[in-house]
Amino acid sequence: MQPTSDEVLIGRIATGDRLAMQVLYARHHVRVYRFVLRLVRNEQTAEDLISDVFLDVWRQAAKFEGRAAVSTWMLSIARFKALSALRRRTDVGLDDEMADAIEDEADDPETVLAKKDKGAALRQCLSKLTAEHREVVDLVYYHEKSVAEVADIVGIPEATVKTRMFYARKRLSELLKEQGIDRGWP
Amino acid sequence: MNAAKETDVSDIELLLPWHAAGTLGQRDTQRVEAALATDPELARRYELVREELGQTIHLNETLGAPSARAMDALFAKIGAEPARRARRIDLGARFRGFFADLSPRTLAWSASAAALAIVLQAAVIGGVMLKGNGAAHVGGYQTASVPSNVGGEGSYVLIRFQPEANAAAIDKFLESNRLSLVGGPSAGGLYRVEVAPKKLAQSDLAGIVKKLQEDKAVDFIAATD
Repeated sequence: MQPTSDEVLIGRIATGDRLAMQVLYARHHVRVYRFVLRLVRNEQTAEDLISDVFLDVWRQAAKFEGRAAVSTWMLSIARFKALSALRRRTDVGLDDEMADAIEDEADDPETVLAKKDKGAALRQCLSKLTAEHREVVDLVYYHEKSVAEVADIVGIPEATVKTRMFYARKRLSELLKEQGIDRGWP
Repeated sequence: MNAAKETDVSDIELLLPWHAAGTLGQRDTQRVEAALATDPELARRYELVREELGQTIHLNETLGAPSARAMDALFAKIGAEPARRARRIDLGARFRGFFADLSPRTLAWSASAAALAIVLQAAVIGGVMLKGNGAAHVGGYQTASVPSNVGGEGSYVLIRFQPEANAAAIDKFLESNRLSLVGGPSAGGLYRVEVAPKKLAQSDLAGIVKKLQEDKAVDFIAATD
């Protein structure tokens, strides 16, 4: 039996069906949470935000036009909520200069260990990317979003999505090189 | 400034992350696969992309999940929302939307298919009716103007009712005399009425005709075969 599609669930939610809301939440809340957590880097804040994200889904379901996948629509809402929360924080900004400040340049014990494990090193470098770069990398690799969908979520042209992903990967290689791992690219 | 162009990054190379994630369209997938098959350096870089893909998934999967508190908070907020009124279903708008979404070619094919379906349906219904009339017919509906028992074994009369006799009066007449209307009206407003289920003697039938003729609902009555 085919599971109920996200679009059908949204239609039911629009009529006030709470069970449909539970199904949609169960299906997507972990991924939405992880997307938000990677942006705000605070579990408490991320939990608060996903409640807000799904509350918006509940309120806006009747306005959903189906031009994008439901998951893409929800990630767009999640991104907006996360960026709004970051703006409210006095210690974190969103522009590149401030986002760069998020990077942890310290050579902590984990970094020392990472140098011995390429996979661990790569994961650590992924965490050191700017919010802008982390976002596009996660959307492409983890959330399996197409070029058009990333453009829709982030609100940038498709060509910019491709080049932003390229520079995120380039920065990743540079960070690895700083840890003594030369990938031979770029 | 487009540094990607400066470094002469090919469009194919830019697409590698989406190829690894399996989110490219068929055309781009074929382009990338063709390039990977002929360009060893691109294939080497593609392996780096696959490595990033695997570690990004690994990293995200270790982030855990939100606690039940998030869901409780959500449904508490939903519970505090004002009751939602059921949306009115505008069937007209739905139909208009449905047809508006169809391309002219689709619409033309749909109309042709619908017309064919109607013709086939008419043919089937016509066939069933002809078959029904051709076979021995037992029971079922027949119009009053179609003789149903002509040439049967009963005894019959032809009756023309008074112009002022209404349906209730005619019904009452038929019921009180245990008569069955089996045909008509024919030319002259005559109805064929069964007075007995078997052949009666001429004298008996004449007596019945005489008796029925006295009823005020009857204008004309005569025995018939």
